[in-house]
Amino acid sequence: MAKVLHSAPRIASNEGVRDTLCAALGDHVVSSVEQYGEIIITVKRESIEDALRLLRDEHKYQQLMEIAGADYPGRAERFEVVYMLLSLTKNHRVMVKVTTDEMTPVPTVTTLWPVAGWLEREVFDMYGVTFEGNTDLRRILTDYGFEGHPFRKDFPLTGYTEVRYSEEEKRVVYEPVELAQDFRSFDFMSPWEGADYVLPGDEKADVPPVNEPTTTDSPKETGAGAKADEKAANHVSAGSPAEEDTGKHDPGAPESAEDRLARKPSEGDVTDTKGATEPEDKT
Amino acid sequence: MSDHGLTFEESPTTEGEEISNYTINFGPQHPAAHGVLRMVMELDGEIIERIDPHVGLLHRGTEKLIEYKTYLQALPYFDRLDYCSPLAQEYSYVLAIEKLLNVEVPIRGQYLRVLFAELTRICNHMLNIGAHVMDVGAMTPNLWVFELREDCLNFFERASGARMHAAWYRPGGVHQDVPLKLLTDIGDWVDGRLPELFGDAMSLVTDNRIFKQRNVDIAVVSKDDAVKWGFSGPMIRAAGIPWDLRKSQPYDVYDRMDFEIPVGTNSDCYDRFMVRVKEVYESAKIIKQCLAEMPEGPVQSIDRKVAPPKRAEMKQSMEALIHHFKLYTEGFHVPAGEVYVATESPKGEFGVYLVSDGSNKPYRCKIRPTAFSHLQAMDFMSKGHMLPDATAILGAIDVVFGECDR
Repeated sequence: MAKVLHSAPRIASNEGVRDTLCAALGDHVVSSVEQYGEIIITVKRESIEDALRLLRDEHKYQQLMEIAGADYPGRAERFEVVYMLLSLTKNHRVMVKVTTDEMTPVPTVTTLWPVAGWLEREVFDMYGVTFEGNTDLRRILTDYGFEGHPFRKDFPLTGYTEVRYSEEEKRVVYEPVELAQDFRSFDFMSPWEGADYVLPGDEKADVPPVNEPTTTDSPKETGAGAKADEKAANHVSAGSPAEEDTGKHDPGAPESAEDRLARKPSEGDVTDTKGATEPEDKT
Repeated sequence: MSDHGLTFEESPTTEGEEISNYTINFGPQHPAAHGVLRMVMELDGEIIERIDPHVGLLHRGTEKLIEYKTYLQALPYFDRLDYCSPLAQEYSYVLAIEKLLNVEVPIRGQYLRVLFAELTRICNHMLNIGAHVMDVGAMTPNLWVFELREDCLNFFERASGARMHAAWYRPGGVHQDVPLKLLTDIGDWVDGRLPELFGDAMSLVTDNRIFKQRNVDIAVVSKDDAVKWGFSGPMIRAAGIPWDLRKSQPYDVYDRMDFEIPVGTNSDCYDRFMVRVKEVYESAKIIKQCLAEMPEGPVQSIDRKVAPPKRAEMKQSMEALIHHFKLYTEGFHVPAGEVYVATESPKGEFGVYLVSDGSNKPYRCKIRPTAFSHLQAMDFMSKGHMLPDATAILGAIDVVFGECDR
């Protein structure tokens, strides 16, 4: 671990905590990491309640501060539910994670902390993760009658409906979103730092070099010969614009400046750049 | 009254129609709801049986918007969460970025951040204390403490150019250094005007018979419950638990500060109020220490991959110009990883769970609001109290909906 330079909150030492907790949780643990001074333990989904009860009762993580959802659409189980635990007595924090998909419910932890009620409702509202055993799993932050789960990565930032007050109907009306200007999404990835799209023309870079060049050796292959010559002569000479002289002067051509009067030299203080621009006279 | 808690009685005016519990809406447009809170209250006469707070009327999808902005562009959204203590919200966010980048903040920058975080705390408490006393019927102290709040906002304006939405904390320090005159003015204010005016205002309230009648023994929460319901900040301290992240998990130069943590004894609305009153004086102490100890020097990291160069430097140096351009178009890239950083905002633990995928935009930024947990406990705190007590309880929670609904 590199030297800590930042001045973010300093908690009690992590030393040995990860090993102790993983040993205590035993079979519940799927994986664990320690990075940036944070201990993150991923546990099996079905044993989240037991794992957190163990951490609360045996390891003094008394407070559940937050439950965060996160969406990783590329994964088989796309959602992560992260529980932030705080120990008031040990002055320490850990994160406990489970993964799930759209269909599989996560066991509720409202049995351990009443505060989990709203926190789970929020994850449900935003990501559509269901919590088995939460008796009050209503939407919490979105509008009454809202459809969809807005924090999923496949939900557009602008949403699907917009509301306005209609003077004719004397009420607020819901309408499909209409953008006056296209949504602007800037791509900051430089092509040489691993962007996964192809710049125009770049597709040619992958064509393998040709070992044996194709040649047109016989007249048969080129289509040349007496027959073709005859036809070509017929075609080009008569009526070709380049060969006809219309006798007109082209009006677009600029006049020659050779016979114009010489310009008066400027009287101001001018820098002579001759020395810098012309080679030295060696005579 | 029947055993179910429902009232059935023959009324001479309703000709025998049954009167049972009734349900009323408190808000969403109620002056004591501190914003857009709708509470569906089930009342038995004037006794609260159940409260179902409906939040989210101010939900703006801040966390989703942040995913579409670069790290620096996302910063001003934090001012707009808890608009009563803007700089305290920025604090968690910049510390989270700094933790992922492992970037060092110059010592003067750290002092300035602590100084302005404490000014923000005073500013926030002025609003809450004023609003709380007004909720329970006193008008004058609110007008007085708002004078002080206005002074704080003027200081923010002089430092950042904006009264409320400062966007002054930046990853790596603060945006600009402050003029010396501002520091001396803050010093004079903390020594003179603040204790005088605040002391006067509080002398009207703290021993006031009516104020005590409305607040003492209202919404008593045990230590155990305070822990279980995820309380933090003045709410948990009023319950008698001396828990303050500035002390227990110090960030920046808080470990050099000498201050006390006020705690309550009875864990009622009066204690919550008094904890905030005492905190104002503690914050003033911290401000004085900052002013006395603050060294000269840079206020923002000298790492040009994170913090932009000074404008004067850009006139001279090609590299500085390139750095500036890159920082304000593409922004900086943050190494992949995830952190949860929580600071002691005036209302409690304000946390940011930041997930980075190594690009210049946050992959996920979960904001841990303080009011969300506290408001959830509204139902259990209000049970059995009278309807007008609900405003006192709400006032003592100190909710701001920009933050609760995000």
